[in-house]
Amino acid sequence: MDSVGIMDKVFLLPLIMASSFVIILFVGKRFSERVTSSIGIGAVGACFVLSLVIGAQWINRVDNPPTGAAAVAAEEACLGGPGDDPQAREGGGRGAEPGSAERGAPTGAAPGESAAVLGQEGGGSTESPSAEGGQAESAQAKRGETIPVCASITWFETAVSTSQTIKFEAGTVLDGLSALMLFVVSIISLLVHIYSKEYLHDDRRFTHYYAFLSLFTASMLFFVLGSNSLQMLVGWELVGVCSFVLIGHWWEEGNNTYAALKAFLTNRVGDTGLIIGVIVTFFAAGATSFNVFRLNEAALSGKVSSTLLLIGAIALFWGVTSKSGQFPLHTWLPDAMAGPTPVSALIHAATMVVAGVYLIARLYGVFYAGLQINNNTINYVAFIGGFTALIGAGLAFVQKDIKKVLAYSTVSQLGYMVMALGVGAWTAAVFHLFTHAFFKASMFLGAGSVSHACHHTFDMDEMGGLKKKMPITRWTFMFSGFALAGIFPFAGFFSKDEILAGAANGQGGNAYTIMLVFGLVVAFMTAAYMGRTYYRTFEGEYRGHAHPHESPKIMTIPLIILTTFATIGGVVNFPGKLTEWLRLPQTFGGRLEHYVQPEWAGRFPTLDVAEFNPWLATGSVLLALLGMFIGIGWYANRLYERKLTERSKVLHAGYTFLANKYYLDALYENVIRDRGVFPLARASYWFNQYVVDGIVNAVGVGSRSVGNFLYKYLDQGAIDGAVNGTGIVSDESGQLLRRIQTGKVQQYAALFFFGATVLTIFFVVFIR
Amino acid sequence: MQLAQIVVQDTGSFFRTPLTYVVFIPIVGALFMMLIPRAQESFIKWAALITSLLAFGVSLFVAAKFDYNAAKPEFFANLPWIPVINSRYIVGIDGISLPLLLLTTFIVPLCIIYSWKHFPEPHNPKAFLILILVLETGMVGSFIALDLILFFVFFEIVLLPMYFMIGVWGGEQRQYASIKFFLFTLFGSALMIISFLALYFLSAKVMVDGQPMNSFDMMLLPELARGISATWALVIFGGFFIGFGIKVPIFPFHTWLPDAHTQAPTVGSVILAAVLLKLGTYGFVRIAVPILPDAARSWAPWIGLVAVIGIIYGALCCLAQTDMKRLIAFSSVAHMGFVMLAIASLTPFGFNAAVFGMVAHGLITGMLFFLAGSTKERYHTLEINRLGGLLVSAPRMGWILGLTAMASLGLPGLAGFWGEFPAILSSYKPTSPDYVTSFFGVEMQPLFQGYMVVAVLGTVFAAGYLLWLYQRVAFGTPKEEFAHDPHLHDVTKPEWIAWLPMLVLIVVLGVYPNLIFRTTNDSAKRATAVLTRQSEQTGGTGGEGSGTGEAAPPPSGGGNGG
Amino acid sequence: MLINAYLLLAAVLFCIGVYGVLARRNGVLVLMSIELILNSVNINLVAFGAWWGAQQPCGAAQGCAATIGPVFALFVITVAAAEVGVGLALVLMLYRNFKSIDIDQVDSMKG
Repeated sequence: MDSVGIMDKVFLLPLIMASSFVIILFVGKRFSERVTSSIGIGAVGACFVLSLVIGAQWINRVDNPPTGAAAVAAEEACLGGPGDDPQAREGGGRGAEPGSAERGAPTGAAPGESAAVLGQEGGGSTESPSAEGGQAESAQAKRGETIPVCASITWFETAVSTSQTIKFEAGTVLDGLSALMLFVVSIISLLVHIYSKEYLHDDRRFTHYYAFLSLFTASMLFFVLGSNSLQMLVGWELVGVCSFVLIGHWWEEGNNTYAALKAFLTNRVGDTGLIIGVIVTFFAAGATSFNVFRLNEAALSGKVSSTLLLIGAIALFWGVTSKSGQFPLHTWLPDAMAGPTPVSALIHAATMVVAGVYLIARLYGVFYAGLQINNNTINYVAFIGGFTALIGAGLAFVQKDIKKVLAYSTVSQLGYMVMALGVGAWTAAVFHLFTHAFFKASMFLGAGSVSHACHHTFDMDEMGGLKKKMPITRWTFMFSGFALAGIFPFAGFFSKDEILAGAANGQGGNAYTIMLVFGLVVAFMTAAYMGRTYYRTFEGEYRGHAHPHESPKIMTIPLIILTTFATIGGVVNFPGKLTEWLRLPQTFGGRLEHYVQPEWAGRFPTLDVAEFNPWLATGSVLLALLGMFIGIGWYANRLYERKLTERSKVLHAGYTFLANKYYLDALYENVIRDRGVFPLARASYWFNQYVVDGIVNAVGVGSRSVGNFLYKYLDQGAIDGAVNGTGIVSDESGQLLRRIQTGKVQQYAALFFFGATVLTIFFVVFIR
Repeated sequence: MQLAQIVVQDTGSFFRTPLTYVVFIPIVGALFMMLIPRAQESFIKWAALITSLLAFGVSLFVAAKFDYNAAKPEFFANLPWIPVINSRYIVGIDGISLPLLLLTTFIVPLCIIYSWKHFPEPHNPKAFLILILVLETGMVGSFIALDLILFFVFFEIVLLPMYFMIGVWGGEQRQYASIKFFLFTLFGSALMIISFLALYFLSAKVMVDGQPMNSFDMMLLPELARGISATWALVIFGGFFIGFGIKVPIFPFHTWLPDAHTQAPTVGSVILAAVLLKLGTYGFVRIAVPILPDAARSWAPWIGLVAVIGIIYGALCCLAQTDMKRLIAFSSVAHMGFVMLAIASLTPFGFNAAVFGMVAHGLITGMLFFLAGSTKERYHTLEINRLGGLLVSAPRMGWILGLTAMASLGLPGLAGFWGEFPAILSSYKPTSPDYVTSFFGVEMQPLFQGYMVVAVLGTVFAAGYLLWLYQRVAFGTPKEEFAHDPHLHDVTKPEWIAWLPMLVLIVVLGVYPNLIFRTTNDSAKRATAVLTRQSEQTGGTGGEGSGTGEAAPPPSGGGNGG
Repeated sequence: MLINAYLLLAAVLFCIGVYGVLARRNGVLVLMSIELILNSVNINLVAFGAWWGAQQPCGAAQGCAATIGPVFALFVITVAAAEVGVGLALVLMLYRNFKSIDIDQVDSMKG
């Protein structure tokens, strides 16, 4: 097939990382740190190179899209079967059911056979004219569309009804989105691998750390490449486990294990939604496949009830809520900072936490149709996203711990991405995912570098004035901060601006004005807390007691690379209008949109992409600058010494509210856990021991009492009494009779004679 | 009453079917071991191990020769056994029993290896191993028997060795636990045999040697039992429900389980969890549902209800535990709830999920009990508050516990997931689509969707209690009293040999679930095909129009997503 | 012929014998008393034999009554001899075990 290249062999990437995991885990201890880390770095480096090659091949494929038969074949590969209409397929299946039930059930036809029969009947006998017509038509329409490259194998097969056996597939999808994610995951993972070599130097569990870093990368790649929702669920949970293990890396300390547990359990709460969502969408799409394109197709076909889709979308979003730290399940993410800082950068900033965003992007058809994004001015996803962005930014103000600032900032930015998806700005969300990965990873690694220099503290009270001692860290942190704040021309500006423009523009002319306001407020707040953080860390006087020094090159080079992307990364989706005004070549603008946003009728909604809006852009930059000045000015002018929060009741209440994290943790831990689940658990166990088991024991004791009673009175009293009575009677009579037996022979003789005499008299007198 | 049209003929031969060997090798081995003097311990151990490995080898042979597309009992034999009541020696395995057969013969050698050096007090390996082998015969026999009386006999054979294992080699309260176990399960057996007999007398007759006779043949009874009146069918199914349910165990008949598990010796717990509990669910899948499909449908909401109660209730009880082994025992209640939920869905998918769930639970919970046993052996306590820092004291064991706990909470990529997720999935859309009934005014599908949501909540609790357990046992640093305890060694060689196959299987099944789904699928379809058959019949006699009219307007099917 | 005198003698001897058996404590004297009883019987036998023989001569039909009495008496004498032998042996054993032949003291079979 033309222009497929190695894109159908992408399963190699997770495989490489998985083997790296196995090697490091089982034989890593025998090697030195150098060798261990080299195995990990080598594997992830190979992935990075492959991801570059794959990216290039994908770009080539978009520029030279397959047509005709190749397109149809590609489509079939991605849909896991002939690309006929889902409803026709379903109708065919329905029609065929009684027949094949009779034939299939008693003889027990081979599973493959029956599936094939079904497929043929679905597409063939009942619906053949329209299906063929549809195929010809779709082949026509494929011109210019970019069909993803898919490959799959049978994962498991099982009957979904007595007449229907379905082969469920495990496969890979390579399209713009997954190629982009491959690039992001592998490059950040590579840099984190390199950085960790120094950061985790002489750690007690160095091999273990590298092994799980590899496993995480494998799982993340697996998740990203998954061609069906079930596979994504698998990847989703696996990254969660790696996160659990790595947060709890230093598990000797109670706090870390607590944070790890909290992360896993919170995610598990969200997973309930994901599981239900996967199931609901599976049935909504005709209960034949978990294939993401099938799901999107069914959702966008308009033939599935909108209520069902809404339930599916919201259930899936509940999963996203936990994994991507959305309100109200974001509370685990700041605590997850207990893990090593490179882990925070990789997992809890750049990759794993965007899994939720990726999930929405991948199943966008379901969300688009379920939430009716093109038909609303506000929806659940957008609102939760915006709200999360707001509260995350608010919390970032009151943190002393630099990593916690970054964590809440991540929560906030994830909210931004989710909001973008909620308002229909798909490309903007993906773009922001891309830029955010770089600048946030850079800042986390920067924070790690600072802490490496300051005796492993993350407390900003013990920092300050580090700009002279750690120039590289300072500059990279500052540039990344600009990117985060959305200052022109850093990468964050472009992506954030696109989101704002998307919210202002909406889909089909329905502007998400409220979300735009949220976005602008958050932009202001983001800049302000970044100003505060930067100033507290790098400016002013040093307040700690260590002797800070610049980190070694192995740590700063990743910082520089990441910051480079954070600085100039915006060009990958340079606004088209700006290209015109600046008289740049036309192909310079909107590259990301061109290569990443899918164009595949029926499997991805047709989206209006918002134009660049200079007024909005200028406004947001001004807001950001204002925020930054306020944030820096507050500390530079020592305004905090006026203790506003202590003097004003309102402000104090606000501060307390923020400092207690909106009391969400208190709600979860003190109310739901300590007052809800645990008492319920104890009550259940009490119920079990004293009621259920009590009944059992009562039955046991009761039977025994009845038994005792019977034994005592019936058995021992009456029945055995009779037996014993016989004995007693014999005994007593014997006692009486024994007196006769004196042992004196002469008495016997006397009796004998007496008896003989009596007998004689008797015979003589009576018998005669 | 139907006329007896079915003529029973002898088929197969006792000595030709390999199943005979799988069943009787262990007991022959046990008899042989009785001849060995008690003092020759290593000879005894080797004899037991070789016997169990032989049985495993034969069952592997069976699996290799098994025709995965046949969807009917294979290695079939049907021979006279007790002619007076027409109870016959009918054996055979299909896709549902094969995985369980393999699980049984797989677990037993591992148990023997595990106890190689550490026989629980009062030692006496000879008696212990003989009991295990007798147990194996009972378990294997239950899975291959296709005659109700034969099944019952094997089912009961299992009780006695287990009773002695708990009662003799158990913990402090072994007397109480063993008697509770024995009486409770015997009570279930009593209900079961009554149901068997009712089934026997009420179903149609078959021709045996020209004589019409009632039959205990599980393969024929689905056909023969069609004539049983609905009321009787419900009553008989009720007997099965409680009889098998006690063994599963379902709420509220589960209380024997924690005591038995907690007091049993490690190997006893492992076999109990891995195989014995499966006899109950297997009874549902093999006997109760296929023979009485209509009653099964009426009982399904109840089964589902006790299943989800079990899931939540077991999980909550786990959270309240202070003893590791007891916690694992309660987690069995929760996990078997998923299996029961899958069975209650009465779909082939649900049956597939149920069998997978049984195997996965057998491996995972068996493994957890092994770990609990080894923990006890090292710490001499299972009080969770006193444990801690297992990852420091015995790192490998700590990691194994982590992996197993993850598998137990249903992590995708490990075996537990494929028991849990499909069970949840299958409950989204229970039974055949034309099935119309309501449960206290709730339609079946919404009802089971409610169950589904509750079951999903159960997965959160599962993660909660398992990880909380893991946090308290493995994380942190060892408590003062154990900080320098020389007994806290890492995994020993017999432990490795016993555990590694299980761990590998947990991972392999998790990555490639088709190994089991492929095996069970056709048999599950056949087992549930009877449900569609019966419902068609009911629909036909009851009047199809009125049936659908009552249910819901036709578009509801489309609204549910088809 | 009159046998009253014989019978009277036998009765007197029997009574003396019974008295001896019941009243004497000495084991040997008890044995001797038993001998008296037996001999009183012998007298009766011989006397009745003679009396019957006088009334009915010997014939083929009924046997010979006159010889039956003395034969019985001879038999009783033999038995009495044996009885005395055993009896004296018992007395001897009594003496060995109890250092006495007072049969009142020999009541270990008392119930």
